[in-house]
Amino acid sequence: MKSCEYQQIDPRALSVSPLSAQSHPQTKAQRPRRKWEVFPGKNRFFCNGRIILSRQSGVLPLTLGLIVITCGLFFAFDCPFLVEHLTVFIPVIGGALFVFVILSLFRTSFTDPGILPRATPDEAADIERQIDSSGSSSYRPPPRTKEILINQQVVKLKYCFTCKMFRPPRTSHCSLCDNCVERFDHHCPWVGNCVGKRNYRFFYSFIISLSFLTSFIFGCVITHLTLRCHAGKSLIQAIQESPLVICFFSVWSILGLSGFHTYLVASNLTTNEDIKGSWSSKRGAEDSGNPYTYNGIIKNCCATLCGPMPPSLIDRRGFVPPDEAAAAACTSEIELPPFTAKNDTNMCTQSTKDVLERMLHSSDFHGVCPAGPPKTSPLGLEASDSLGAARAPSMCSRRADSPCTTCARSRKDSLHSINPAFRLASPSPSLPRVNLALSDTQEKGFIPLP
Amino acid sequence: MLPCPSSSRGKCKLLRLQELQTPPVSSKVFIQRDYTSGTICRFQTKFPSELENRVDKQQFEDTIQTLNNLYAEAEKLGGRSYLEGCLACLTAYTVFLCLETHYEKVLKKISRFIKDQNEKIYAPRGLLLTDPIERGLRVVEITIFEDRGVGSGR
Repeated sequence: MKSCEYQQIDPRALSVSPLSAQSHPQTKAQRPRRKWEVFPGKNRFFCNGRIILSRQSGVLPLTLGLIVITCGLFFAFDCPFLVEHLTVFIPVIGGALFVFVILSLFRTSFTDPGILPRATPDEAADIERQIDSSGSSSYRPPPRTKEILINQQVVKLKYCFTCKMFRPPRTSHCSLCDNCVERFDHHCPWVGNCVGKRNYRFFYSFIISLSFLTSFIFGCVITHLTLRCHAGKSLIQAIQESPLVICFFSVWSILGLSGFHTYLVASNLTTNEDIKGSWSSKRGAEDSGNPYTYNGIIKNCCATLCGPMPPSLIDRRGFVPPDEAAAAACTSEIELPPFTAKNDTNMCTQSTKDVLERMLHSSDFHGVCPAGPPKTSPLGLEASDSLGAARAPSMCSRRADSPCTTCARSRKDSLHSINPAFRLASPSPSLPRVNLALSDTQEKGFIPLP
Repeated sequence: MLPCPSSSRGKCKLLRLQELQTPPVSSKVFIQRDYTSGTICRFQTKFPSELENRVDKQQFEDTIQTLNNLYAEAEKLGGRSYLEGCLACLTAYTVFLCLETHYEKVLKKISRFIKDQNEKIYAPRGLLLTDPIERGLRVVEITIFEDRGVGSGR
């Protein structure tokens, strides 16, 4: 029975009870973890966090393969002939373009596109409070949008249920990577990553240089074939030896894509905005101009491509602070009774404050049905349970997919529970899920005024 | 003293134990971003009501305004940033692996500024500013610590 008692408080009282420490020796010996190891998005990290890729790397190997094979065939079959008949600079230019393309591709694929870290539980609770206090008296949770003025233009900010914050303007949540990305352009399967604020210039230089490369190879190959035909060799044999076919199909699509992105850069738009027609003049005369444009092609180009390089906000190689590490350890199952909140994953030493908070929050959840909005002191030990439980889900480890998918879904469900005080809490099966339909519709209804 | 998990008395005992060890955090205030000028990094200078008894309004606004100015300097579009961008492009962006960008230099300056402000102004008043970069440049988080002399109100 003694073991049962300790088991009950086990996850909470690590630094208080010596017995619990014995049963989980690995928690004491846990090395400090880097933030990339507990990153909640669907990303893969290499070189101890230096390189970031989307988990769905798409067809990046195919892209690399196509480029390398095409250039390989070019250098092997066309260059010797053209060097002999034309000039030695042909392989030099080809080589330089090839290196530039590969470097740009790697920079695009391996750079953080501008991922926004998810809101801390305190922030999320604060936002919830503000939404509640802005006047929704109806039982349904208010739709999560906020209107702001940007350069005298009304822009709607949407609330991201996964990241628990109002998305900044031009930010979008990529469902493939499960991250909010700033100045989100699109998720490119060819590079295996999102294209956003931080890697748009790399992506643009990749497609421009690739256009030059494919056009150059295409031109060289046509020249080669022409010269060979003149020299009397059969056309079919010449074609078989050339990378013409790959080039022929890719050059038009890449040129088209480059042209499209040049237009976007010149008008300071993203693919996302262009597709949705957010600032289309068709919608309504003066009101729907792009508020981000500098009203000048050169200035727009300079701002997008040559502007200052923003830093990565997710701090992949930083160390996880002990408080958060503790929260992360205790989140694999979001069950309310304390003794079933298992630490199946590694248990880390917790701060005793967290211990107390969770104990109280879980007992509050059981015994109390709060009717009003959460209190103003989210970290106070009497505060609503949103914080204690919410801190846990936000630090859900991403190493294993399935528990975290459960976390994400259960978080989503919990947000739609009727009682606002439970909004950020882990879901109890008994809570009605009537508001699931609202999860993806964030545009309806009234908008709380700032 | 060992806690007795099944009773609230045990929890109260634990609570008292912990009060002695860590300064109780009363609440956190979040200064949100101000997007009226676009996507540049700016924070709202509106003085939050929770800080009314703690710090002078003018001082607070000066801090936030200085922060805004520093971020504006980091994101400024000018000759220097264009030069940096062009140089990076010409070197196929490998130069960023070796050199520190202007933005990163200003971020270090901002860290020093915040540390300085905390030491001089905010810590003596039981407040702590968190560097916005640690919160993804979303908010300026101000932690309000309770006076030990005052009850925590639990």
